Amino acid sequence: MTRIRVGPEDFDVSAEMAALCGGRSDIGGIGCFVGTVRDTAAGRKIAAMTLEHYPAMTERALAAIAAEAEARWPLAGCTLIHRVGRLVPGERIVLVLAASSHRQAALEATGFLIDWLKTKAPFWKKEHFVGGEAAWVAAAAADDATAARWR
Amino acid sequence: MSAPIRVLYFAWLRERIGHAEEEVDDAPATVAALLDALRARSPAHAAALADASVIRCAVNQDFASAETRLSPGDEVALFPPVTGG
Repeated sequence: MTRIRVGPEDFDVSAEMAALCGGRSDIGGIGCFVGTVRDTAAGRKIAAMTLEHYPAMTERALAAIAAEAEARWPLAGCTLIHRVGRLVPGERIVLVLAASSHRQAALEATGFLIDWLKTKAPFWKKEHFVGGEAAWVAAAAADDATAARWR
Repeated sequence: MSAPIRVLYFAWLRERIGHAEEEVDDAPATVAALLDALRARSPAHAAALADASVIRCAVNQDFASAETRLSPGDEVALFPPVTGG
């Protein structure tokens, strides 16, 4: 089962885990990654962050990433939730869950999903600094390198 | 007349060009040719689209490249490298 959601609403990690597992007893482990808004960027204090996306493409891109994970690892299911709109430091941005009968598949698939999401899903972050300036976040070459290790 | 190409802009491309979408008649053959046609529209377009190496694109909601061929009615999105997660 693949669960994908994109929107401004926050998520509840334990409720999402319960929904993913749905009472199944054949799952041995659930990998979990939660991304949150950090309060500094390159030494500057962040007041807020705005997440923009390409609505017609986003869920399709996330479904393709989830399908790739399910083709590579024996998963019972996975969950991808990404928030959009204005978020302040400490707020949750993204949730990745991957459930499998064994921990190695769950953990590896969780890492794969967040690495690919960061480089292959149409989201853009704008940082609003304390004091009023704002700047679009530049893509990190390190993220491309991290995603490339799954080839 | 054939259907126009619908062009969408995201993030700083949208801000620098000044609007989120527009149409191009007489579909250019490729994404690269579309970029040339857009650059001729205004100084803001020319400046925002000057460096193709910092622009990514999708055609009909799938990632594409400068060489991707276009057909009338296609939706072409232009945006900076993605930064979600």
